[in-house]
Amino acid sequence: MDNNISLALLIPLLPLLGFVINGIGFGKLPKALAGTIGTLTVFGSFLITLVLFGGVVAGGETISSVKAYDWITITDTLNITFEYRIDSLSIIMMLLVTGVGTLIHLYSFGYMSHDKGMGKFFAFLNLFIFSMLILVMGSDYVTMFIGWEGVGLCSFLLIGFWNQNRAYNAAAQKAFVMNRIGDLGFLAAIFLMYNAFGTSSISEISEQLGTNFKSGDPQIFWITLCLFIGAMGKSAQVPLYTWLPDAMAGPTPVSALIHAATMVTAGIYMVVRSNVLFSLAPDTLHIIAWVGCITAVLGASIGLFQNDIKKVLAYSTVSQLGFMFMALGVAAYSTGMFHVLTHAFFKALLFLGAGSVIHAMSDEQDIRKMGGLWKKLPITFWTFLIGTIAISGIPPFAGFFSKDEILANLYTHDKTIWILAMVASFMTSFYMFRLLFLTFFGSFRGTEEQKHHLHESPLTMTLPLMLLAVLSMVGGFMGLPAVFSEHHMLADFLGKAAGVVHGEHLDHNTEFMLMGISVAIAVVGLIIAFVRYGGGKNVPVSDEQMTNPITKVVYNKYYVDELYNLIIVKPLHILGDISMLVIEYLVIDLVVNGIALTSRVVGLGLRKSQTGSIGFYMYAMVIGIILFLAYFTMASNLSL
Amino acid sequence: MLSLTLIILPVICGLMVLAFKSDIAKYVALAAAVAELAVVLVAFSGFATNADVQYAFSMPWMPEWGITFSLGMDGISMMLVFLAAILMPSIILSAFNNEKKFPAVFYALMLLMQSGLMGVFLAQDGFLFYFFWEIALIPIYFLASIWGSERKIPVTTKFFIYTIFGSLFMLLSILYLYLHTGDTPSAAISDLYRAGRSLGHLEQTYVFLGLFAAFAIKMPLFPFHTWQPDTYTEAPTPATMLLSGIMLKMGVYGLIRWLLPVVPWAVNEWTPIIIVLSVIGVIYGSIIAIRQRDIKRLVAYSSFAHVGLMGAAIFSLEIEGLQGAIIQMVAHGINVVGLFHAVQIIRTRVGRTLDISDLGGITQSSPSLTVYFMLVLLGSVALPLTNGFPGEFLMLKGVFMYNPILGVVAGLTIILGAVYMLRLFQSTMFGPKTEATQNFAKLTFSEGMAFFPLASLVLLMGFFPNIFLSITEPAAKALLTDVVSAVSNSLTLKP
Repeated sequence: MDNNISLALLIPLLPLLGFVINGIGFGKLPKALAGTIGTLTVFGSFLITLVLFGGVVAGGETISSVKAYDWITITDTLNITFEYRIDSLSIIMMLLVTGVGTLIHLYSFGYMSHDKGMGKFFAFLNLFIFSMLILVMGSDYVTMFIGWEGVGLCSFLLIGFWNQNRAYNAAAQKAFVMNRIGDLGFLAAIFLMYNAFGTSSISEISEQLGTNFKSGDPQIFWITLCLFIGAMGKSAQVPLYTWLPDAMAGPTPVSALIHAATMVTAGIYMVVRSNVLFSLAPDTLHIIAWVGCITAVLGASIGLFQNDIKKVLAYSTVSQLGFMFMALGVAAYSTGMFHVLTHAFFKALLFLGAGSVIHAMSDEQDIRKMGGLWKKLPITFWTFLIGTIAISGIPPFAGFFSKDEILANLYTHDKTIWILAMVASFMTSFYMFRLLFLTFFGSFRGTEEQKHHLHESPLTMTLPLMLLAVLSMVGGFMGLPAVFSEHHMLADFLGKAAGVVHGEHLDHNTEFMLMGISVAIAVVGLIIAFVRYGGGKNVPVSDEQMTNPITKVVYNKYYVDELYNLIIVKPLHILGDISMLVIEYLVIDLVVNGIALTSRVVGLGLRKSQTGSIGFYMYAMVIGIILFLAYFTMASNLSL
Repeated sequence: MLSLTLIILPVICGLMVLAFKSDIAKYVALAAAVAELAVVLVAFSGFATNADVQYAFSMPWMPEWGITFSLGMDGISMMLVFLAAILMPSIILSAFNNEKKFPAVFYALMLLMQSGLMGVFLAQDGFLFYFFWEIALIPIYFLASIWGSERKIPVTTKFFIYTIFGSLFMLLSILYLYLHTGDTPSAAISDLYRAGRSLGHLEQTYVFLGLFAAFAIKMPLFPFHTWQPDTYTEAPTPATMLLSGIMLKMGVYGLIRWLLPVVPWAVNEWTPIIIVLSVIGVIYGSIIAIRQRDIKRLVAYSSFAHVGLMGAAIFSLEIEGLQGAIIQMVAHGINVVGLFHAVQIIRTRVGRTLDISDLGGITQSSPSLTVYFMLVLLGSVALPLTNGFPGEFLMLKGVFMYNPILGVVAGLTIILGAVYMLRLFQSTMFGPKTEATQNFAKLTFSEGMAFFPLASLVLLMGFFPNIFLSITEPAAKALLTDVVSAVSNSLTLKP
């Protein structure tokens, strides 16, 4: 392990290298070469991560860290090092980021092949992988913050990738700014950590925690609350979630990688990473559970009526992130991580599947114009079906196990939240099968031209689909419930080297009952979706024909964007205009010009040249010199 | 001698430039700026990381009055000297592509300006400081009033009334201190410090206000800023770069070197008001920047907002705040010059209009401009691993330590800054091409070369801020320890 640990330095460095090569070479390198470089660097990082993973598995409870250099230092006051921490939690995230990252790079090879900005696209993707790796590997909250802001930048660049479109740019800006609201929370948390612990190093903080702080300590409450504000921005929780659906403006591989599998789960990772802190702040945990719950329900409910294939998946992501936070809110940290992993598999799969559909449909994203695609896109269809089953929580696919574990934990802690989570769970199953039926069944509703063009995607795109489908099928087995297995592989692994706490166990009867209920609910969702939309019937009406007021409000996302615009953006603009007109031009200028006018009148006698300013300047200089000399005379008189 | 060279070299070269024909003058000026930079780099590499004043030079000036021509630099001065030298080649290069009247005079004035700035940062004597402070004003005045845009006369007048107003009060304060240095008056900096600390409460307050007026106007801090957006907008862009990149740091530097240690009692008393005003400036400048349509004015307000944070951080009297403000002076200089350079490039191509809604799609014509612009912009929104982050992080930490609420309010700058900067970036570089940007020419060689050192420093300072922090740390610590102990001493004196 120790021999290999310095290899860890290479893991983020390889994608950075890819970024530099593709960035500088953009326009000069052939597209295929750019794609190869981009994909291979990430794959290289994945291989090195695998080697280290072996070390972590074998290494027992050791936490290894490797330091690159001191980054920001003020002697005896603060020292922020560029240091990576390799333990079971970070290695799992690194595997996820580089593993899913490699698949999505591969997929992008096919997806972006017609785009003249392909080299740039791979450069940005590589930069994203670099930032995300810094985020999960950083051993200090400030180092983590580098990655935290870095992924925000990449998200901005990739959402607005097709930058000639003003609407896409607006979405990119919204994402960055909303993230920065969270980032301010993160920064405040770091400053509070310095007040409380005098350091921002993760390991030094947890050393101090055990001895000096008790549960419910107000300092810890504020630190964790501010950290959670950071997590809300990055992981799109209410009220900072509205950027994520808009982020779908980016190319679909971006949605899969950044806005489903990795970046948006950074908030969950950060809370899990700080679980020792959060466990001392029961009030914060309570807030987290409720925010997660509200987000899960709200996101799922908006997903019910969306007609854009990517928007459905986006709201689904918002909702699923809410599920993860609910788990964290009841201190079931390893369960939250479990769902991060399974969700990464099936949601990346679903997004890539949607991308494959969009690719085949000549960039059409409206499910009202699809239908009957299963015959033309068999691989996409079957893999999408697997993803849908997995997310809906139908056994034995991955989503069932992680979601069931969340629900079981909620049940023991808070029945109200549990019931709401069941409602969200039901809606999930419904909107996902609605999406599946409308997209792949019934008859084709698009144009003749689209129909003529329909084709299954190339192997570079279908191979990642198939691999992710396998992971979505078997990924759940890393965390079998206690009724089936003594060992929860993931929880044991995370608990071993990262100190991640696992939720409590239920007695077997209750556990079976809960499982039964959650499966039943998922199946009911499926059946209702089938009854209503099976065979491609009841296609939603076009936007103008929408009459049901409730549907309309939900379809328009409860007008939250409009509300934010009204209560935040508009007042800010008005404040800016008022400052400009009233304070800037009237008050301050009036005072200044008043003084100026007086001086000018005084200086009029001295002013002969046509430019008044020179005259005034000379005048002032003269006064200065006179004063200067006067005082010297006085001074020398005094000293004589 | 090295310190003296830094002041004399630009003067000699400036005079030489005048002797050359118009089309060669710019190359001579560039060579002079590069030579000056070389001298500074020699000084930088030989700089010992301790708190001592190094490269000291002293000769009698008005010996009977105890006034010496005394120069030298500690780490803080070193950093500002570095800033004034590293920016100059880029600023001169940025002017290469613009046809202008009397080019030789233009470049000569820029070099004279540099000399004055160096003097301000190197002076170790109160009157010498005042002398260079005023010297630096003369070239910028002519630059703005001869080569500025249509509204240049009223605008430069306003600028001058403001600054002269401040300088006069500063002079009075220096004189007052000087007269209290004892039986054999001396204007040496240490003697002035001693004099200031011996003053009573009311006297300290007057001296404080006099000095503060000059520095607050020069920076400018809220609400002494209304000269600034107009001047930045109407001055020729290279002059704006000098003003915003280097000259405003005279004010910040003044706060650190010529205010805090001089009258600590008054400093301590005025701290809350100044920090609050500074933080108001951060927010105020930002929300106005959000509403600007003219891109040059937008950058002007953004600069104003950034400077506010420096003021607040310095007055927090925390080492993080001070170190942050110092490194941010350099970072801000680099970024703001880069931003104005981008503005200048756009202006030379699209003509007069700098209205944000007339622009767009420039990246399609000039990807390299987009990349450079992006880099300095990321620096100015303080993205980690760019030069803006270490400073902003440390400054916010300092303000937060002073008062968490003010820290968070000042921290809003990271959100608001993102709003106006991204708007500036997207509306010029992205979107569909407009009529004005239809035939946008690629970057010329000199334009690219002006960007190159700036962009490199954005990354160098972002990845390795300790190179710079370690130079200033001993001096900053010594200064702050001195100030803090003087403050606590003065508190015991309190009636």
